[in-house]
Amino acid sequence: MSIDTTSTRAIVSSSTSADRMPNVGRPATAQRKWLGKNPIANVSGAIFALFWLIPVYWMVNSAFQSESEVMSWPPHLYPHEFTWDNFVAAFTQANFWGALQASMIAAVLTVAFASTGALLAAFALSRFRFRGRTAMIIAILVVQMIPAEALFISQYRMLDGWNLLNSVVGLSILYIGTIVPFIAWMMRGFVDGVPIELEEAAMVDGCSRIGAFCRVTLPLLAPGIISTSVFGFLFAWNEYTLALIVLSKDSSVTLPIWLQSFQQGMKATDWGAVMAGATLISIPVIIIFMIVQKKISSGMVAGAVKG
Amino acid sequence: MTKTITRPTRAAERTSRRRPLSRQARQRRSRLAPWMLLAPAAIMVLVALGYPLLRQTIMSFQHFGLAQQFGQPAEWAGLSNYFSILSDPYFWSVFVKSVLFCLWTAGVTMIIGVGFAVLMLRMSSAVRTVFNTTLIVVWAMPALASLTVWQWLVDPRSGLLNWLLTSVGLDSFKHFNWLGENFWTFYLIASAIIIWASIPLVAITVYAALAQVPTEVLEASELDGASNFQQIRRIMLPMIGPVISLIGVLQVIWDLRVFTQIHVLQQAGGIASETNLLGTYVYETGIAKGDYGTASALAMVILGLTLVLTGRYIRMLYRQGGMA
Repeated sequence: MSIDTTSTRAIVSSSTSADRMPNVGRPATAQRKWLGKNPIANVSGAIFALFWLIPVYWMVNSAFQSESEVMSWPPHLYPHEFTWDNFVAAFTQANFWGALQASMIAAVLTVAFASTGALLAAFALSRFRFRGRTAMIIAILVVQMIPAEALFISQYRMLDGWNLLNSVVGLSILYIGTIVPFIAWMMRGFVDGVPIELEEAAMVDGCSRIGAFCRVTLPLLAPGIISTSVFGFLFAWNEYTLALIVLSKDSSVTLPIWLQSFQQGMKATDWGAVMAGATLISIPVIIIFMIVQKKISSGMVAGAVKG
Repeated sequence: MTKTITRPTRAAERTSRRRPLSRQARQRRSRLAPWMLLAPAAIMVLVALGYPLLRQTIMSFQHFGLAQQFGQPAEWAGLSNYFSILSDPYFWSVFVKSVLFCLWTAGVTMIIGVGFAVLMLRMSSAVRTVFNTTLIVVWAMPALASLTVWQWLVDPRSGLLNWLLTSVGLDSFKHFNWLGENFWTFYLIASAIIIWASIPLVAITVYAALAQVPTEVLEASELDGASNFQQIRRIMLPMIGPVISLIGVLQVIWDLRVFTQIHVLQQAGGIASETNLLGTYVYETGIAKGDYGTASALAMVILGLTLVLTGRYIRMLYRQGGMA
């Protein structure tokens, strides 16, 4: 047994040294060290990255070109005369601020309610052993999979009956119910990550179960709460299908619907202005997402895909 | 030492003084506690999804059209909504297109995504950081923003794609209308957008799994003379097989119900009747034409299809032991 481990360790260490100093000492294996750097992988990786970025680059590029320059043939690969006019147009021509407000309200309502409900549910699933627990976990997974497309007819009828069509509140009700299972699932991963011994220690010291959770676990959960909230925020910010069903075009709409009607409202589409609108919507999301992506995807992997 | 012994007893005294509950009551309380905690989330789900699902099930057995929207009581239709759907050749053409579109899109996404993940293992860390950041930017793009950009890229008159194709000598693509020409080119663009947007999730998740494959195993196989390809084929992919199949099933579930991309591209001047997939067909029948009964029955068919696939997904999670 001990021989086994030492030999593996020897292999590992020798291969790392070979990594650092290629072609020294061990020419045969140094040629194909699997985890080593590979020029072909680097070059093709760079090419693929550029290729994948083209749409994003083209969005920003067109957003800074004047109307005549955007339509030029051949297209300009970078703005020859840099202009902010498109952004001014996006801000002023259509009801951008109203849409921004509607999106903010929907996102804030969604995050507030869904995160609270999910936190309590995650606490129950992670800290209690009760009959029906497995059934609840399966229910969470199944509900997550219900496609919006399979229910929107009925949701439309329901909101119509409650006089909540064309209202951001009505839309938020649907958002909250749609996202709460997923957020609860993510949150459960985070709660599981806080050792229960900490709570037990606090309970031994006289805290009630709820008190122990609030005083000990909750502060430690801050990163989890932040990333699940961001996830809920992005969902509400980006969602299109339900917004299309619930909000008609003349009432206050959310940003994705705004972008679409902004594009359709122009007779011959002014692509520069539309790209400015798309850029305005995307940039905050991209920045937020880049900050929290690690947490979100590790939460997703911890929750959904235990590899 | 004495401190640690006395403290819990005093604490126990304090709690018992504060909550003079009988033992039974306390037991009942702790049995109810998880359900009380689950209640708010459950109510949210029941209002937004449960109640509509119930109504939809009822509505799918009714003749529910525009007249009912103005208050007329709905007539029971029995299974006739389902029969009329299942005997409609148009439904079957939509169904077959949806399944093929889903398999094509999910398949290509998985192949390129796993390929990217393998590629990422072999990049130097600087290139990998750039590559990873690119994928995250694409991942973060709101669907509607990326759809408008792609419409601009395939714009017939001054879009980048037609310019690239004509400048390499393919003159027939000058003013080529990708979205309006026929449903093949429409689907090609739609699937390209979906594949482009879903690969980041696949690549990053699979890479994370690949990076966890223990180095010792790979080193041992190298000593035994395994080639790089054999290492991928026989060691790494089998080891992360569960992750790959899970993501694969998720992709199939997501692509089967695709709505946003198809609907937006149809609105942008695509041909609608030939390009409908299940999601847009429900929308057209229900919201646009007001035939809620038939649309509900259609939606139930989609739901059934999804649940069959979801059953597989849940079973995979179980087998992996990810449920505990």
